[in-house]
Amino acid sequence: MEDVIWDCVIVGAGASGCAAARELSRTDGRYLVLEAADDVGCGTSKANSAIVHAGFDAHPGTLMARLNVEGNALFPGLAQELDFAFMPVGSLVVCTCEDQRPALEALLERGRSNGVPGLRVVEKDELRRMEPNVSDAATCALWAPTAGICDPFGLVIALFENARQNGVGFSFGSRVESVEREGGLWLVHAGGGVVRSRCVVNAAGVYADQIHNMVSPHRMVIVPRRGEYELLDTSAGSHVRHTVFTLPTKMGKGVLVTPTVHGNLLVGPTADDVDDREGTQTTAAGLGAVRCRSALGVRDIPFREVIASFSGLRAHRPEHDFAIGELPEAPGFVDCAGIESPGLTACPAIGRMVASEVLRALARMGRARGPRPDFQPRRRGYVNLNCISPEEWNELIARDPSYGNIVCRCCLVSEGQIREACRRGARSVDAVKRRTGATMGRCQGGFCCPRIMQIISQEHPDIPFAMVTKKGGASRYLAGNTKEVAPHG
Amino acid sequence: MASSSEPMVSRSVDVLVVGGGSAGLAAAISARKRGARSVLILERDGRLGGILNQCVHNGFGLHTFNEELTGPEYAARYVERARELKVEYLLNTTVLSLSADREVVAVNARDGVFRVAAGSIVLAMGCRERPRGALDIPGTRPAGVYTAGTAQRLVNVDGFLPGREVVILGSGDIGLIMARRLTLEGAHVSCVCEIMPYSGGLKRNIVQCLEDFGIPLLLSHTVVNVEGAERVQAVTIAQVDEDLRPIAGTERRVPCDTLLLSVGLLPENELAQQAGIDINPTTHGARVNESLETSAPGIFACGNVLHVHDLVDYVSEESAHAGSCAARFALRAAIEKDAPSAPTAPMSGEGSFPVECARGVRCAVPSFVRPSAVEDALTLRFRVDAVYRDVCVSVYVGGRRVSHRRHVALVPAEMLTVRIRASYLEGLSGDDVITIALEEG
Repeated sequence: MEDVIWDCVIVGAGASGCAAARELSRTDGRYLVLEAADDVGCGTSKANSAIVHAGFDAHPGTLMARLNVEGNALFPGLAQELDFAFMPVGSLVVCTCEDQRPALEALLERGRSNGVPGLRVVEKDELRRMEPNVSDAATCALWAPTAGICDPFGLVIALFENARQNGVGFSFGSRVESVEREGGLWLVHAGGGVVRSRCVVNAAGVYADQIHNMVSPHRMVIVPRRGEYELLDTSAGSHVRHTVFTLPTKMGKGVLVTPTVHGNLLVGPTADDVDDREGTQTTAAGLGAVRCRSALGVRDIPFREVIASFSGLRAHRPEHDFAIGELPEAPGFVDCAGIESPGLTACPAIGRMVASEVLRALARMGRARGPRPDFQPRRRGYVNLNCISPEEWNELIARDPSYGNIVCRCCLVSEGQIREACRRGARSVDAVKRRTGATMGRCQGGFCCPRIMQIISQEHPDIPFAMVTKKGGASRYLAGNTKEVAPHG
Repeated sequence: MASSSEPMVSRSVDVLVVGGGSAGLAAAISARKRGARSVLILERDGRLGGILNQCVHNGFGLHTFNEELTGPEYAARYVERARELKVEYLLNTTVLSLSADREVVAVNARDGVFRVAAGSIVLAMGCRERPRGALDIPGTRPAGVYTAGTAQRLVNVDGFLPGREVVILGSGDIGLIMARRLTLEGAHVSCVCEIMPYSGGLKRNIVQCLEDFGIPLLLSHTVVNVEGAERVQAVTIAQVDEDLRPIAGTERRVPCDTLLLSVGLLPENELAQQAGIDINPTTHGARVNESLETSAPGIFACGNVLHVHDLVDYVSEESAHAGSCAARFALRAAIEKDAPSAPTAPMSGEGSFPVECARGVRCAVPSFVRPSAVEDALTLRFRVDAVYRDVCVSVYVGGRRVSHRRHVALVPAEMLTVRIRASYLEGLSGDDVITIALEEG
């Protein structure tokens, strides 16, 4: 690998990095993605609201506003092309006191100038018909029919698999230690090795400031902003039909309440700036705030049905806009930084913008890239047994009987899907989870986790059962054999 | 009528049993003995016996066999009996849906997706453990947080040690048994925290699994934080006040690599709910009548899917009753097939009387009693809602006290059973109820 000169090295395999990789894979360059974790989408991309925002929130004229609306428009087609879950359920911003109506109308205006289609204000009666569990205080709401929900893991994995099938290299466990300029090339030191490249894309999420500051005197600051969430069982999944936001009031800021594509109910997030870039712990105060603030917009949320709580970090920049583009002071180095909400929505547009920056830089260097002749835009997703007919399922079983052997009873995932996930690259239980949905249900892996560990170790001869991890690194499930003397006292 | 999107009925049976654990086995055996010609068990695991297979400790069967057996030994006796009686079973078979008109859709690797029509159905799916999320324990989400049952499987079935330094939250029986098991297997259990001021496990388990091994039981304590990015590194425990809220200043950090949760079991009733069967919000199991028949005629429930038990012997006994009632239903339905009478609602209406929990009593099963359907005696099972000393358990039938028994101590961990002779139920009429109450000793 060290002899190769890459056309572009992308740092970070989250939604932005994978979207950029997939866009670049349309061309005939040599591209490599370096990822610190053992899988794609392990940072900001995995723990967020999974919302495809309509685009009325960002301020007109910002990159955020433009890419949000563009990304939203690209989403349905991308979901079809790459076969991941997306549901255009629409969103409501609920106004809970008449005093706030001007703020709602301002949001409507902002949305219109951002070019968001179909926005309108719905009044109380219609609102209640659309969303029966909206809070009693709700007076009206901003309806955005183009908003939706998606499977954020599915999106990133789809982008990754499609980029990979079109020739992009991916190197996991490759945390970037330094980036330097030498002989007109970028030297990227990562995971103990070094790669040389004409261009570098900095899509390092909450670490993007560190990567940026390796090459630029103009300091960038990223503040990890933590958001905590509560996830409720599918039994509560139809408590709301749309994504419900609440306008901030004197009483405070609400949190969103939304169905998920997996059929659960998601409530959150909080927003707390933290120092720790890996600080994805939940807190009693944060989870308490989620529960308490959700009541502003939606009533009677059955919190006894909570099956998991989690938190994610947004890569917040104090300027509060995306920073995308080649740095004048660092030719060929393209930032893709400050990608916080609505970054997931915007990622299809972000990918295009980043790719065009890279291709322009390459052209300038005399390495203009043409279209890849065998580019394959479509990728086959994973089967969802909850969505297929008995006939389709029986055909699957006839081809491979392991699709009839249910491993995850809560989410209906078969041995066949888990084996396929392993064969397509999953090496940890969480990696299997993100591809198949196994362990995401009400028992949270209590029954199926040992079985999944077994399948992982069968599919990967280099991973014995006792070495299977939850999420790579030192996250082993087992400490040793029974009746074994502890290795250190 | 199979629509194009539903698989054809591949077969029909007299009695279909969903689940081949202790409850399903006892129900199936009893249904055969009671005359059901074909009894089919659908089991999602690779063998019969259910959770008993991972319970390698002894203490099973004292009531049923007058012997102390291990879980697998107890299961083996039932499996053998089921085979002798030609009970059919399909393993690695998951039931996907259940309809109130007694049909199920199931799937396995050999038969694909298929449909079974049954004269009657016994639900015996057991229960699941409450996961960490249900308690909302804050902190990181590393490897090393297990429910006690998952750890039990990893140790007893797979032969691996999940961790070396263990904190256990919850003093349910599985947690107590795992404290002992992990100690015997080479791990160190630093403490068992219980948020309530009393244990959720049986006294004998506290003595034999904690006290005998010097493992402290910290009552009114809970876990308030989990640390460790990849693997658990420590948990913070704290004392709780009367409202079960952590008391500031009592936090203590306990380094460990494993947190085991034994914080309650929930009947696994998604199939029942899907079929529109009434669920009792206190037990989380179906509402049943004296025959353990749910609100859907001909669908019965027993064992831990009906209400969580503490002794398998009682699961077997209860399930035998359900199996026998299911056989009776299926055979009667077969006889009446040519001249069908409207199915009688198993619950409400004339001749059915509710069972009510008065002071101190909760989780009574059954919810309704039809005296005409009680053969010899009515069995009432229930729990108390707190720790009581020197109290009497009384049962009133329509205002008349028919049972009154003094207890030195009662704890919520122990399921109580009272049998009422059928003759005592004869006088019930009108709006009468059957009431279970605690009274002063």
